[in-house]
Amino acid sequence: MLEIILAGLILIGAVFTLIGSIGLYKLPDFYMRLHGPTKATTLGVGSILIASALYFSFKEAAVSLHEVLVTLFLFITAPVSAHLMAKAALHIRTRMQEHTQNKP
Amino acid sequence: MKANASSPQWKKWLPHPLLSLVLWGVWLLLNNTLAAGHLVLGAILAWVIPLLTSSFWPEKVCLRKPGVLLRFIGIVLWDIVVANVVVARLILLPNKHLQPGFVTIDLDIRHPLGISLLANTISLTPGTVSCDLSADRRQLLVHGLHITDVQQTIDDIKQRYERPLQEVFESC
Repeated sequence: MLEIILAGLILIGAVFTLIGSIGLYKLPDFYMRLHGPTKATTLGVGSILIASALYFSFKEAAVSLHEVLVTLFLFITAPVSAHLMAKAALHIRTRMQEHTQNKP
Repeated sequence: MKANASSPQWKKWLPHPLLSLVLWGVWLLLNNTLAAGHLVLGAILAWVIPLLTSSFWPEKVCLRKPGVLLRFIGIVLWDIVVANVVVARLILLPNKHLQPGFVTIDLDIRHPLGISLLANTISLTPGTVSCDLSADRRQLLVHGLHITDVQQTIDDIKQRYERPLQEVFESC
């Protein structure tokens, strides 16, 4: 039973990470590409981390909390790096899609 | 905000109680243990590090209404799950259906930590990434992957995320 849940979580994680990477590849401009890695990957990595926490908690019969920390750092660093990249891109006026609304 | 004259003596020796608590918790999580030695070592680190770095943290950090903060965290976690599904769908749709756009949000929230948490939250949730904060910290520029109604997007962000963060941090 546990294995089914773990396999499910890892599959969900893998699918979302894959979709995030596809987004990085196919979206047309820099600002839109930022959306792939900041979001599609949080759930992707998140489900893999939950699976890891469950597996080690059951295997070692002690609650494994390292994953909480990984999640915390991920949620702090992913948006900050995205913000800095977007800021830098705006600064050097990276090309954006023609139909972008309210160009700054 | 400098600590005012009436603040008790212990504030000088423990400038950021919350930061200390977080550091202590992180230390224990890093070591994944509750052994007495690590409890003591972590407590010493959690006391010394904020003391040595207190000049980098001029603002006092205090939490009002922890209940509101907990509810906010719950909402954000749920929104992250929803955001992932929504963005995954948008990514798999053909590019020509997407209507990317920039939105400028006039901020009501003033506390720097509140603003950074708001910007972080915006980047983690449905189809939006925060791009730039104006120099006077009053306007946040946000890029949306697919924006159909600009006003609706602004209202959503202000209602869902800014209001609770303002309640938690503004009163310091």
